[in-house]
Amino acid sequence: MSKTLLEVSNLQTRFKFEKNFRPAVNGVSFSIEEGEVLGIVGESGSGKSVTALSIMRLIEPPGEISGGTVIFRDESSETDLLTLSDKKLEKILGSRISMIFQDPMTSLNPVLSVGYQIMEPFRIHQRLPKREAKEQGINLLQSVGIADARGRFNDYPHEFSGGMRQRVGAAMAIACRPKLLIADEPTTALDVTIQAQILSLLRKFKKEFGMSIIIITHDLGVVAQLADRVAVMYAGRIVENAGVREIFSNPQHPYTQALIASIPRLKEQPERLKTIEGAPPRFSGDETGCAFYPRCTVRQKICRNKRPELEEIRTKHSVACFVAQEGAVNNA
Amino acid sequence: MPETLLKINGLTKSFGARSGFFSANKQRNLALDRVSLAVAEGETFGLVGESGCGKSTLALTIMRLYEPDRGSIFFDGEDITHFDEKALKPVRKKMQMVFQDPFASLDSRLTVEQIISEPLEIHRIGTKAERTAEVVRLLERIGLSAEDKNLFPGEFSGGQQQRIGIARALALRPKLLICDEPVSALDVSVQAQILNLLRDVQDEFALSYLFISHNIAVTAFMSRRIGVMYLGRMVETGVSSEIVNAPLHPYTQILLAAIPEPDPANVSDDLAVKGDIEAISERPTGCVFRHRCPLAREICAAEEPQMREIEAHRQVACHFV
Repeated sequence: MSKTLLEVSNLQTRFKFEKNFRPAVNGVSFSIEEGEVLGIVGESGSGKSVTALSIMRLIEPPGEISGGTVIFRDESSETDLLTLSDKKLEKILGSRISMIFQDPMTSLNPVLSVGYQIMEPFRIHQRLPKREAKEQGINLLQSVGIADARGRFNDYPHEFSGGMRQRVGAAMAIACRPKLLIADEPTTALDVTIQAQILSLLRKFKKEFGMSIIIITHDLGVVAQLADRVAVMYAGRIVENAGVREIFSNPQHPYTQALIASIPRLKEQPERLKTIEGAPPRFSGDETGCAFYPRCTVRQKICRNKRPELEEIRTKHSVACFVAQEGAVNNA
Repeated sequence: MPETLLKINGLTKSFGARSGFFSANKQRNLALDRVSLAVAEGETFGLVGESGCGKSTLALTIMRLYEPDRGSIFFDGEDITHFDEKALKPVRKKMQMVFQDPFASLDSRLTVEQIISEPLEIHRIGTKAERTAEVVRLLERIGLSAEDKNLFPGEFSGGQQQRIGIARALALRPKLLICDEPVSALDVSVQAQILNLLRDVQDEFALSYLFISHNIAVTAFMSRRIGVMYLGRMVETGVSSEIVNAPLHPYTQILLAAIPEPDPANVSDDLAVKGDIEAISERPTGCVFRHRCPLAREICAAEEPQMREIEAHRQVACHFV
């Protein structure tokens, strides 16, 4: 039985918009086990990136985390990241939990050489002397597939290609062998052949270091290739959470079903693609019922006035949909 | 047999690398290198490739928004390669474009009606009342309503904005629509709506498409034939289903293998691909793909493979095919 590494409960993050607060993450709960890869999928505005940033406490005004707990279990200690002092948090971020961003330039400083930046985690968290930090940095760059790492150590980020910058970003993130790596759309800005290389790198991290990974993406292909478990987000909430094979072969939420059915596939060329009518809501939180109600093809009266909670309908498969929950009861 | 609407021969376009005033080094970057293709009436030709392969440059050169260095563009029976602006005006009426970022391509200070009727005004088509009626008809056709004509682009979702972009492109009843990554900026659930819409209006408006995307699955869904580009060169062309099911050029094979399939039962981690387009600072001699190609031999550096007809409707530029 593997150990739960991170447990997020009822996480709420909101942004001030004009005079009101708009919820971006509206009561999200999930957990991730050691060595597990969790994919969080959703469309723009679903709250998937805000969820990641909230775990890292990287939300800045006008945004704020307004509720919930994020319990991180590291070795014997157990801490709520949301209430930790900044000083203690700094010790954890970058060494025990780290992040890869969509645009690697977010995490790279353009006026410092790549070598200087790759040495930073070793110098700050492990307090290594410069010469040792440099050797470690070169090893690390080599391990993520940077050719001629020694020769390019003093180059600046702009002298690297987009794919190489993402490798450097990944290298920095894993420098201290974190227990948890959060990757927010790490391949979205990259070409497909480079994407394949980065995905393979993430797989290597999992396999070699037993790292847990949260991968945030809009791309169901990326999730299918990398994740063990998938959480589907819609309008600030998780609407379905299941193992990756289960979610693709037996999706229960109408949104998940429609999303999977609407992807154009290489080997199937239908006359028309299945679609989901309408568009994802731009703001959420006001609705009394299910946020997917306006677009749902199996909606019932109850769905308009009452919001379905995420409930386990079978082992390790939960869904927030009255129709799916009732179906599961009838089948049982 | 349908007539050929668009025919490009050996189209070449380079951009000057910025160098100092006294610099003797006049390096040119080849964005398009002798590209040829033909699109028949009512047909969709798909162009795929990664960033820097020249697919967008090709679109803009066909639109004559870039001047080609060499080669020719035949469109609707005319050689438009050297047409001046005045001669191009009636040509552009027949050739319209749908862009990647719908919001950036719509003027946010104009109402939807002004946006869609602008091309009609420029070409002096109809009276004001007729133009308004046409705007309403187009809006209803692309899935919006008559009332939407008084709103501004910012009031619509990304998918709706792209619908407005399509309505504007259709206003002049063009023969050719060049779609440059038309769904790349859209959410997955909205992508399918726009792709279906583009397919539906194709028959009704008797359109030919040049459909450009980095996503092969999307391109294969839309297109009868596909061309694969790499570093400004066309490396393979053929019927969509054949390209997808039996790619011949090593680059096409790698591109297809790299796509993360939305199927967890089919996880692949055998990376046939190495290197990176941007990492190649100088244009290779011989084959453009040889630095990343698993099959590369001496001949690939010495001799540039030319596009050869391997079978009917199938051309490949590789020494080993």
